[in-house]
Amino acid sequence: MTAALAAPSPAGGAKTRINDFSIQVATVNGSGSQTANTVLLRAIFQMGVFVSGKNLFPSNIAGLPTWFTIRASAQGYVARKASNEMLILMNPETAKEDIAKADPGALVIYDEPLQLDKLRGDLAYIPVPFQKLVTASCPEPKLHKLVKNMIYVGVASRLLGIDMEEVKKAIAKQLKGKAKAIELNQTACVAGYDWAMENLEDQDHIKVVRDNKTQGLIIVDGNEACALGALFAGVTVVGWYPITPASSLVETFIEYAEEYRKDPKTGKSTVAIVQMEDELASAGVVLSAGWAGARSMTSTAGPGISLMSEFIGLGYYVEAPGVFFNVARTGPSTGLPTRTQQSDVELCAKCSHGDTLHINLFPGTMEECFQFSYDAFDLAEKFQTPIFVVTDLDLGMQNWASKPFAYPAKPYDRGKVLNQQQLADMKDWGRYKDVDGDGICYRSLPGTPGGKGAYLTRGSGHNAYAQYSEKPEDYVEVMDRLKRKYETAKAFVPGPVFRNQGSDKGVLAFGSSDPAVIEAQDILLAQGLKTDYLRLRALPFTAEVDTYVKEKQVVYVVEQNRDGQLANLFRETYPEHATKFKSVLHYDGHAIDAKSIVDQITAFEQK
Amino acid sequence: MTTATPSAPVPAAPTNKLGFTKQDYVGSKSTLCAGCGHDAITAQIINAAFESSIEGHRVTKYSGIGCSSKTPAYFMNQGWGFNSVHGRMPSIATGASLANRTLINIGVSGDGDSMSIGMGQFVHAVRRNIPMIYIIEDNGVYGLTKGQFSATADKGSHLKSGAVNDFPPIDPCTLAIELGCGFVARCFSGNPKQLNAILKAAFAYQGTVVLDVISPCVTFNNHDASTRSYKHVKDHDFPLHDLGFIQYSEVEEVEIPAGQTEIVTFPDGSKVAIKAIHEGYEPTDRFGAMKAIHESMAKGEFLTGLLYINPTQPPLPEVLNLVDEPLATLGEDLLKPSPAELDKIMQALM
Ligand SMILES: Cc1ncc(C[n+]2csc(CCOP(=O)(O)OP(=O)(O)O)c2C)c(N)n1
Ligand code: SF4
Repeated sequence: MTAALAAPSPAGGAKTRINDFSIQVATVNGSGSQTANTVLLRAIFQMGVFVSGKNLFPSNIAGLPTWFTIRASAQGYVARKASNEMLILMNPETAKEDIAKADPGALVIYDEPLQLDKLRGDLAYIPVPFQKLVTASCPEPKLHKLVKNMIYVGVASRLLGIDMEEVKKAIAKQLKGKAKAIELNQTACVAGYDWAMENLEDQDHIKVVRDNKTQGLIIVDGNEACALGALFAGVTVVGWYPITPASSLVETFIEYAEEYRKDPKTGKSTVAIVQMEDELASAGVVLSAGWAGARSMTSTAGPGISLMSEFIGLGYYVEAPGVFFNVARTGPSTGLPTRTQQSDVELCAKCSHGDTLHINLFPGTMEECFQFSYDAFDLAEKFQTPIFVVTDLDLGMQNWASKPFAYPAKPYDRGKVLNQQQLADMKDWGRYKDVDGDGICYRSLPGTPGGKGAYLTRGSGHNAYAQYSEKPEDYVEVMDRLKRKYETAKAFVPGPVFRNQGSDKGVLAFGSSDPAVIEAQDILLAQGLKTDYLRLRALPFTAEVDTYVKEKQVVYVVEQNRDGQLANLFRETYPEHATKFKSVLHYDGHAIDAKSIVDQITAFEQK
Repeated sequence: MTTATPSAPVPAAPTNKLGFTKQDYVGSKSTLCAGCGHDAITAQIINAAFESSIEGHRVTKYSGIGCSSKTPAYFMNQGWGFNSVHGRMPSIATGASLANRTLINIGVSGDGDSMSIGMGQFVHAVRRNIPMIYIIEDNGVYGLTKGQFSATADKGSHLKSGAVNDFPPIDPCTLAIELGCGFVARCFSGNPKQLNAILKAAFAYQGTVVLDVISPCVTFNNHDASTRSYKHVKDHDFPLHDLGFIQYSEVEEVEIPAGQTEIVTFPDGSKVAIKAIHEGYEPTDRFGAMKAIHESMAKGEFLTGLLYINPTQPPLPEVLNLVDEPLATLGEDLLKPSPAELDKIMQALM
C-alpha cells in the first residue's frame, strides 16, 4: 500500500487552516452522493464549526457531473469560496478538468485506478482503493455503488480530524430510523476511516478542531424555511406546478401539512393543495382563493412567473391577495435551470402589462425566509394585492446553518374585510372607495349574508363602486389610488439592514448575495477601504433606503444578473442620483463569491 | 277635467320559497347586441335560480373574456362575480370554490374562451370535478373580437367575409363525457323550456356540470352560410327528451310511465326525472351517450337534452377531504401550530 502524502506539505509551509477551508466533492448525479456529502457537512457542524454546503447539480436525473462544496469557516463566512483546499474526485469524466482547476497545494482524494497523480506536481494526492474497501465492508454487491461514497466520508473525516462518533451520529440523523441502511453506511464509513488511519500520514493543511459555534443551531434550506413560514401563517389554499428550484417548497409544505393541518376532531384537512395543470392555473387559484378570503400561495421560478404575468396584473388591478414565491434560477428562457441567479428583479417589480407595481420581499437569511413568508400573508391581505417573496436557488435549495426560528406570535392581520354587520351599518359601501386615504379599500367576501356587499370583480375599467366604467376620470382615480397604496406599503415592508464601517461609499445588495458582501466588506477593510453596506429587504424602497441613496457618494449595487436590474430600478426611482449607482455583477450561475465583489469594487475605486 | 278612476290593485310579484321575487335575481342591463343568444341564456339563469330558490348571496359567478363572459354582470346582483382573463375562468372558479365550499358556483364562458385559449383549464376543471355549473355559450365564432372562427366552428362553415373553416370542430359535450364529467347537457338558447329545466337540475348537482348552449351570434354568425344561424339551428335542433326537475322535499313518490322516464337521484336527495323520447336511451350510459352524440353529429344534428349523468362522483373539496367549514373563515387557532410544535420542528432540524 502506498504512503499517500507523497507530495510536499501542501500548504507550502503555511500554517494549518483550522476550521477554515472548502472541500469540493465531484460525483456523478444519481449515485447517492448527496447523502454522503450531507453527512460530512453535518459531522463538521456537529463538531461546532460553522459550515455551509452548496450543491451544484445538472438539469438531468442521473449520469451527469455534479459537485458539492462544503465550506467551513471559523469566522462564520458562509458564501461560496472560489478556491478549495480539498478535492474528492469520484467522477472519472471530470477528474482531469477538476485537477486542472485545483488550487496549488490542495489535497486530492481520488479513486486509485484513475491515476491522477502524474497530472500536476503541486497537489497532495491521496489515491484510495475504493473498490477493495467497499467489497470488504459491504456484503451486498448491489449496494456497493451507494456505500462507496461513505468511504470517502470516512477517509476525509480521518484526514480532517473529525470524530468518528459525530460521523456516525450524522449518518443516523440523515437516514432517519432506517436501521439497516444506517448500519451499512456506518460500516463503510468506518472502513474508510480505518484505512486512512493505517495508510496515510497525518496532514497539516486543513483541520477540524472542536468549537462551540453551532450549538443550538439548525441546518435548513430556504424552501423548507419558507414552507414553515407559510404553515404558521395559516395558508389555506395552495395551487402550484413543479419547477426547479421551487418544487421542494410546496413538497415540504405538503409533508408538514400532513402532520399539522388536520382538524383534530374530524381528521379533515384545513388546507387545500392542488397541483395544477400549469402556472396560469396556479395563479388563478391563488388569486381567486385570496379573493374569496383564503390565505393562498404558490411557489414557482422565473418561467412560471412569466406565464402568470397576465393573472398577476389582474390581481393587481382587481386587488386580490395572494403570495407568490419566486425561487429564482438563471434565465432567460430555460437558461441554466439548476443554477442560481437574481435575474427576475425587474420582472417581479412590475410583473404584467400596463402600469403595475408590486410589493416584493427579499429574505437574505433562513430566519428571514421563515419570517418574511409569515409576513407575506399579512401584507397580501392588508394590501389586497399579489405579494412576491423572492429567493433563489442558492437560498432555496442549499444547506444553511441558522438560529432556530422564533415563534411568530403576532396574530394574523386579515386586513380590511367587512362582515355582515359592518356592511349593514355602512351607508355607502363601494368596493374601491378610498375611505381612509391610504389607498387601501374595504372588501367583502363572497358568501357574506345580508344582501349587501356583493360586487362584480373585473379586470376592465371600473369606478369606486366596482361598476364598469371607461370614463377617463374613473380610470385615473383607480390608478392613482393603486399608486397611493404602494406608497403606503413603504411603512409596512421590512426596512433595510445596515453593516456600516463609517464610509460615504455604499454597497447595496439583497438576498443570497449577503454572505459574500459581508466577507467582501471585511476584505476591503483589510485592504484599507471602508464601506457602508445596506441590505435591501423589500420593494417599495423605504425611507431609510431613500436617505442612504441621498447621502452616499457612490453606491455599489451588487446583484447576480447581467444587466444590473436592481441598479436600474434605483436609477429610475432616483434619477437625480443616477450616476452614483455602479453595478457589481455576478451571473455565471454559481453563487456569488466575495472575491469577485472585491475585484470589481477595487477596479472601480482605481478608476 | 279628469277624475282618477280607482285602478285595480297591482298584484304582488310572486315570490319563491325564500320570499324573493324574480327581480331579486336580475343583474345590470345587458350591453350585448339586441337579439344575442347569450341574453336568452341569461334570462333562463334568472328564471331557474328564482324557481330553485337559490340563495343569492351564496352565488359566485365566474367568466373569462368575450361577449359571453360579460353576462355574469347581467344576472343575480346579489352574488359575487369575477370576470377574469381570457380562457382562465376555470382556475378562478377552482380557487374560490376551495376557499369556500359552501358557495354555489356558476361559470359562463364562450366557445372561444373555453375551447381555444382555455382548453387546458376546461379539461382540468372537468377532470377535477370542481363544483360549478359551467355554461359554454357556443356561437362558433369570436364575438367580441368581431367574428373570427372559434374551435367549435363546423368544418366548411363560412365567415361573413367569406373565409372557410378548414378544421373539424371540437365538441365540448363528448369531450366532457370523455373526461369523466358527471353531468353533460346541450341546449339551444332558443328553447327556453328545456334550458330552464336543465339549469334547475344543474343547481341540484354537486360536481361539474358542463352545459353547452348553442347560442347564435346575431351579428357575426347569423348569415345564410353559417351552421349556427337561428334558422339552421332551429331546423336541426333535435330535442332528446323532456326533463322535469322535482324537489325531493315536495315529492315522495314519482310516477314513472313504464319504459319512458328515468329518475336520477342527486346526493342531496333531490331527483331529476328524465323522459326519454328515444325508446331505450340511457342517460347514465356513458358509451351510449357518446354514440348518440356522434351519430347525431354525423347527421348534422344538435342532440339536446341531458346527455349524460352520473351523480355519484365526489366533487373536489370532498376528494381533498376538506373540513366542512369554509377554509376562508377558519380561525387562527385551527391554522397556526403551537410554540411547542415549532420547537419540535426545530429540534428535528438540529
Ligand atoms: C390573452 C388574450 N388574447 C386575446 C384576447 C382578445 N379576445 C377577447 S374576446 C376573444 C374571443 C371571445 O370569443 P368567445 O369566447 O367565443 O366569446 P363570444 O364573444 O363569442 O361570446 C378574444 C380572442 C384577450 N382578451 N386576451
Ligand atoms: S357580437 Fe355576437 S356574441 Fe357578441 S353580443 Fe353581439 S350577437 Fe352576441
